Amino acid sequence: MNGAHDMGGMHGFGPVRPEPDEPVFHAEWEKRALALTLAMAMPGGWNIDASRFARENRDPAEYLAMSYYQIWFAGLETLLKERDLVTDDEIVVGHGLHPPKPVKRTLSPDDVLKVLHRGRPTERDTNTKAAFKAGDKVRAKNINPVTHTRLPRYVRGHVGVIERVIGCHVFPDSNATGAGENPQWLYTVRFGGRELWGLDGDPTSAVSVDAWEPYLEPAR
Amino acid sequence: MQLRTRALETILLEKGYIDPAALDVLIETYEKKIGPRNGAKVVAKAWTDSQYRQWLFTDGTAAIESLGFSGRSGNHLVALENTPAVHNMVVCTLCSCYPWAVLGLPPVWYKSAPYRSRTIADPRGVLRDFGVKLPKDTEIHVWDSTSELRYLVVPMRPVATEGWSEEQLAELVTRDSMIGTGLAKSPMDVK
Amino acid sequence: MAHEHDHDHDHSELTETQLRVRALETVLTEKGYVDPAALDLLIETYEKKVGPRNGAQVVAKAWADPAYRVRLFKDATPAIAELGYAGRHGEHIVALENTPKRHNMVVCTLCSCYPWPVLGLPPVWYKSAPYRARAVSDPRGVLKDFGVTLPQDTEIRVWDSTSEIRYLVVPMRPDGTQGWSEDKLAELVTRDSMIGTGLPKSPKDLAK
Repeated sequence: MNGAHDMGGMHGFGPVRPEPDEPVFHAEWEKRALALTLAMAMPGGWNIDASRFARENRDPAEYLAMSYYQIWFAGLETLLKERDLVTDDEIVVGHGLHPPKPVKRTLSPDDVLKVLHRGRPTERDTNTKAAFKAGDKVRAKNINPVTHTRLPRYVRGHVGVIERVIGCHVFPDSNATGAGENPQWLYTVRFGGRELWGLDGDPTSAVSVDAWEPYLEPAR
Repeated sequence: MQLRTRALETILLEKGYIDPAALDVLIETYEKKIGPRNGAKVVAKAWTDSQYRQWLFTDGTAAIESLGFSGRSGNHLVALENTPAVHNMVVCTLCSCYPWAVLGLPPVWYKSAPYRSRTIADPRGVLRDFGVKLPKDTEIHVWDSTSELRYLVVPMRPVATEGWSEEQLAELVTRDSMIGTGLAKSPMDVK
Repeated sequence: MAHEHDHDHDHSELTETQLRVRALETVLTEKGYVDPAALDLLIETYEKKVGPRNGAQVVAKAWADPAYRVRLFKDATPAIAELGYAGRHGEHIVALENTPKRHNMVVCTLCSCYPWPVLGLPPVWYKSAPYRARAVSDPRGVLKDFGVTLPQDTEIRVWDSTSEIRYLVVPMRPDGTQGWSEDKLAELVTRDSMIGTGLPKSPKDLAK
């Protein structure tokens, strides 16, 4: 979706302000928000693409006003309510009011390190051939889905070069909607600074994005 | 906001940058004097007077000025003709540009994010929000007011209004029909 | 108005978030969806155990061991796993080589994708609007915010982490470090140098 999260190239946010000796967490609740989000992925049954959409799919004014973990937490609430795992009245009261929905699995303490260490690789086998090879010129399509996509607005319509054929990976645009993994060939595509930003761009810089084949078309 | 506005007004008055009487006239002008009834007169005249109609579409600024409406945000006016084939809608995606001289100050929805962001991408969806449904084969032209040109939509004259006076016809012309988010009222609506 | 830390909010808003999080944790625990011991372990892992010191070891090894360097740039994921670092948000890692001609910077404009197994959790600035918005359009300006100026003819390559591929910048080895052990070299490798918004420390910086 064309949401506030898709902020590459936006102006007005001011300078980057690193905090010296920044702690990992700035409040106790941030730790709990992170842990709850990670721990609920298994029983919740959602994939990472759906969880990203749940975070970004909100009013731009709200998104821009929230801190990082507030966005995570809002996304978690959205996912839980969408799947009837938790209701608004329960959150308000802070107690379960309705019987729990049966879930496939929960994360036990004994499994934490193993699950983290294993991660969730997204590469998949395929019988299809990659449409592009390194060095090919491609154009990022002008797509504007209201659902989840990982093609940022600032590259759409622009011409880049295939830098690397990465492999066949789960396709977020499908996976987020529950339509299935639909793995697609994934490429690193390089765009020149002038191509992206015109004469205001830095000719000594280039941006690479990882783009799935459905985002790309051949360019001359 | 009240306190901040009052504070700034006090400072500007104290420094003699502005005259309080001028402020009052400005407010009265745009709250009471200038509004969509001006544009309605223009449209009603275009419906009844074919020479005026032609003039309006070739030189909107002059035609509108001839009725006494001109000035701020009305120096360069373009009239847009709605037909069965083409429906026009006006927006200012970048801020809130609006033909003040003929419509007064813009409503909140015109200046807000939902209208500004969606009209150029999904005009039919926006019209749905206004309860307006157009035939599928009507083309929708959206005009983004990015320059000092200001746009006034001239809606189609409703049926069953033959012989009506300009005053009667003006009552059918709604503000939204001159922005393009509405249609003119029908005779049945005003009975 | 972009908020970066919760202590910037007024007190009542902070309390509301705290209460909401606590409330949700209670509900989820009561329903048996989460185990509090698992939550504590997750927190401890990312607060204390996993962090940029992991990546520093990878970089130091690449500096000291030419064969490892080759493996790292050929296929970083298994090379990094040789040191025991692997897993969530690092299932597919690519190492990026900084050279005098090319400087690499990593960003996630769309959210906050970051190579957790080697760098831990991302800092607030990495996840915030100024960096996400400007890194792709004005990388030199961003580097200035970090006090880094590169020669005009150094190409800057910005990598927007739009997929599950995660990027680790391997900065250039500082001068005057011949014969240093991997452990000592690792002390020069800063987190920001592995994101690309900083350069490694010099031997002089360590002496301070």
